[in-house]
Amino acid sequence: MYDFELVKPKTLREAVAALQAEDAQALGGGQTLLPTMKARLAMAEQFVALSGIDEIKGVCLDDDGRICIGGGTTHATVARECAESYPALASLAGRIGDPAVRNRGTIGGSIANNDPSACYPAGALGSNATIMAEGPNGTREIAADDFFLGMFTTALEEGEIVSEVKFPVPERARYEKFIQPASRFPLVAAFVAKFSDGVRVAITGASSSGVFRWTEAEEALSADWSPDAVKGLTAPDAGEMISDLHGDGAYRAHLVKVMTARAVAAA
Amino acid sequence: MAKVTMNVNGKSRSAEAEGRTLLVDWLREGLRLTGTHVGCDTSQCGACVVHVNGDPVKACSVLAQELDGAEVTTIEGMANADGSLGTVQQAFQDYHGLQCGFCTPGMVMAASALLKENPQPSEAEVRHYLEGNICRCTGYHNIVKAVMAASGQQVEPVAAE
Repeated sequence: MYDFELVKPKTLREAVAALQAEDAQALGGGQTLLPTMKARLAMAEQFVALSGIDEIKGVCLDDDGRICIGGGTTHATVARECAESYPALASLAGRIGDPAVRNRGTIGGSIANNDPSACYPAGALGSNATIMAEGPNGTREIAADDFFLGMFTTALEEGEIVSEVKFPVPERARYEKFIQPASRFPLVAAFVAKFSDGVRVAITGASSSGVFRWTEAEEALSADWSPDAVKGLTAPDAGEMISDLHGDGAYRAHLVKVMTARAVAAA
Repeated sequence: MAKVTMNVNGKSRSAEAEGRTLLVDWLREGLRLTGTHVGCDTSQCGACVVHVNGDPVKACSVLAQELDGAEVTTIEGMANADGSLGTVQQAFQDYHGLQCGFCTPGMVMAASALLKENPQPSEAEVRHYLEGNICRCTGYHNIVKAVMAASGQQVEPVAAE
């Protein structure tokens, strides 16, 4: 890893200011970024560590009944603190990586990175979450539908930090993933959420454009909330799926159906 | 370079760190605490697990400067005050939970974190908790037995043996 200067702000405002420096980059829990830097695939002159900012850590409930999770909250904390209030999300967080990784990795880091195989983007998109982005011009609210723009690409502007993610709590929900045995990332995973006004289905790991909503399944499940409603559907276009040595496009497209049905059955 | 101070195994310890210095390198090279191993250096294998403020983390994937002021426990801090092996360490010896020993510091640190959180885990819970710790010698059965023994539970022959 090339050397860099590490800045350790204590407040969100200090962090936003530090990110204004030329060639500065935010560092969340570092569970993805540090290995990437070791491989010399990422580099900056200055990294701004977000781990010391207490105001973006923790879980609370807002007036609309949404669960608000600070961007610097670790997966372990979400797994523990949302176990009662939003079990599907807690279960997602509690199965990311392994226990040691979950003690460092954060929701803000995962969402800002938008790895096409990451778990949290599916949870946020499937829950119709709102992402709060803090930047030099103040706070922006971004709907999950507008946030995830493709593989490793989000609506975040240069220098913006995910300060909070707000999750409406569905009536029923579940995240089911088919794990790629070596990396432990999902080969394909589905987050299903049934709200009073309809169903949302978010798929991660499968598409070459990153996390996406499987709208055909949403319509079918809104009419009939059952695994059988999914089994009758045509799988997404295999040509748009990731194809690699772990599974070709047709295999992943098939898994999209299987994991969605499993998630509905377990919700 | 910056001076970084942590409470390591109950003592205040200081050493220099660059921005990029990883906790594991700070421990091994700065403090000469070489019990914590570097296996994969990509946060997969768990040989470098230490406790930071009570929680297990992979020391190859945390920057030393970020942890200025933290409380850290390494494998060197796991023995009893008289130098005899701690409960988890002793169980690994009794049940032959190691062969080459390279993964053992991380295994012991992860296992003791599990037992703090869940003092009487089931075999399945032990296996699940240790999924971020890779051993290429034992086939894991004796490690699982050691953790079950360290938790004071009866050690049954394990599945697939």
